[in-house]
Amino acid sequence: MTISLRIPRLTKRQRRSLVVGLLFISPAIIGFFVFNIGPIIQSLQYSFTRYNILQPPRYVGLNNYLFLLEDRVFKIGIQNTLYMVLIGLPIHLVFNMLMALLLNTKIKGLSIYRSIFYVPSITPVVASTIVWLWIFNGQFGILNEFLRFIGLSPIGWLTDPNWVKPSLIFMGAWFGGNTILIYLASLQDVPYDLLESAELDGANAIQKTFRITLPMISPVIFYTIIVNVIGYFQYFTEAWVMTATRDGAAGGVANSAMFYSMYLYQTAFQQFKMGYASAQAWILFMIVLVATLFLFKTARWVYYHAEN
Amino acid sequence: MATTAIPWQENRIIQDRIKRTIAYTIVIIMAVAYIFPLYWLLVTALKTDVEIFAQPPPIIPPNPQWHNFADSTTYIPFWRYMWNTIAISGLTVLGTVLSCTFIAYGFARIQWPGRNIVFLIYLSTIMLPSQVTLIPLYLIFKDLGWVGTFLPLVVPHFFGSALYVFLLRQFLLTIPQELSDAARIDGASELSILWHVMIPLMRPALAVVALFTFVQTYRDFLGPLIYLQNQQDWTISLGLKLFQNMYGAQWQLMMAASTLAMLPTIVLFFFTQKTFVRGIALTGLKG
Repeated sequence: MTISLRIPRLTKRQRRSLVVGLLFISPAIIGFFVFNIGPIIQSLQYSFTRYNILQPPRYVGLNNYLFLLEDRVFKIGIQNTLYMVLIGLPIHLVFNMLMALLLNTKIKGLSIYRSIFYVPSITPVVASTIVWLWIFNGQFGILNEFLRFIGLSPIGWLTDPNWVKPSLIFMGAWFGGNTILIYLASLQDVPYDLLESAELDGANAIQKTFRITLPMISPVIFYTIIVNVIGYFQYFTEAWVMTATRDGAAGGVANSAMFYSMYLYQTAFQQFKMGYASAQAWILFMIVLVATLFLFKTARWVYYHAEN
Repeated sequence: MATTAIPWQENRIIQDRIKRTIAYTIVIIMAVAYIFPLYWLLVTALKTDVEIFAQPPPIIPPNPQWHNFADSTTYIPFWRYMWNTIAISGLTVLGTVLSCTFIAYGFARIQWPGRNIVFLIYLSTIMLPSQVTLIPLYLIFKDLGWVGTFLPLVVPHFFGSALYVFLLRQFLLTIPQELSDAARIDGASELSILWHVMIPLMRPALAVVALFTFVQTYRDFLGPLIYLQNQQDWTISLGLKLFQNMYGAQWQLMMAASTLAMLPTIVLFFFTQKTFVRGIALTGLKG
């Protein structure tokens, strides 16, 4: 599959198939320009303007970006989001992998357990976050009730700035069934004879896991890392529902649960500073791009075995 | 068998049994932990407004208030919100399945020059954070007068979704080329090959796309939050917050409504488990 940049002369038949092919993918071409490329460019343009929707956008140069450098809430939003990506995400992925390894031990009733771990991840986020809100409730929540029962002092799970992010990570583990099942499906594809011959060579369970199983499924691990890094940078709904107040604000005590997308949403749709929010969107774009490129550059640990 | 086992084998059988017991114990503890929030949701939904705040909280509701479910559907316009949610999700599924089928066919079954490079560029849109396009799209939809309608939530899905195009394309590539060639020799057009030959074979893959799209849209919060501005157009995820807004929090009713809101996806899962599990394996395979 070599790609030549010169436009080759096409035969009549090739020209026909080009036209038919493009017709079939035409929704994708339209979608690509109207919903992706166009808005990305527009977003960059807006980021150099002051725009409150009511008056036409006014060019302000780099002002939005300069303001962001001094915006305290924006800085907290970045810190909190990095906390989620660098601490929450690794915890979740390792935990999901452990669960998958556990389910891969040929236990009976696998399909029942699989359902139990998967179902939370398909419930509407708002509906299930509401029950967690009640579980975490400082005064009447079952978690603090339990702490009191074993003689510990209750914790402000959602009100103590030191606890709110760990609480969100704790709850997030409950939503991870999708990743557990992705890992489990790939674990089940690891050839058994490979593990058996390693065992005959005297490898123990831990050696087998780290030397064979994990390298064999490393492409899938890599895929889940990429997808989730992009997803966690946009972390929004759980934190929003958890910390929303009656007057429509969110972000928790002292912005301890203010995440990047939440601040972006507030800037754009509550304060109607479209230009300022676009600058934030573009910085997010750049951060995610750099993070993704970094992951691809350092992907030497990913092992592609005899697959095309 | 055990009587004839030589010592190291016997040792191993015991070891295996210990490992097995440990594995089962952990799995069961974790299963209970995963079920607990859902159990607690149901239990809280069945309590009276006094029992809600009782300390210690009763683990089993002493006198289950089944009427809470009915009450929760009148406290907010529950059925209206459910209908909105299902209408938006249904239209989104329709748009996604329709457009992705065509696009995937064009990328998988027709040989045209430049196909692979175009596909790679298209695929890269998966990595684009949706926040980047959010504001310009909102402003475009506002100019079109679409803000406050279902259109901004639904229409984009009629122009394909790279992830599902990828899934369907992978599936279409596994169907032997001879099938298409034979049909072409018989003079069938590409459209009729797609309709008569491919779609019947694609059914399992289309079911995966439809299910995943439905669940994803049904769970969505940010989209409706931005675009649905009239209270009567809200989805259920937006409506649930009304329990908190009016007279403090009506916890037991909010829990009852949350339980009802979860039911469609849970019931759907139990009827289509195999499709879900197959789909999850497929999404993981792309690594």
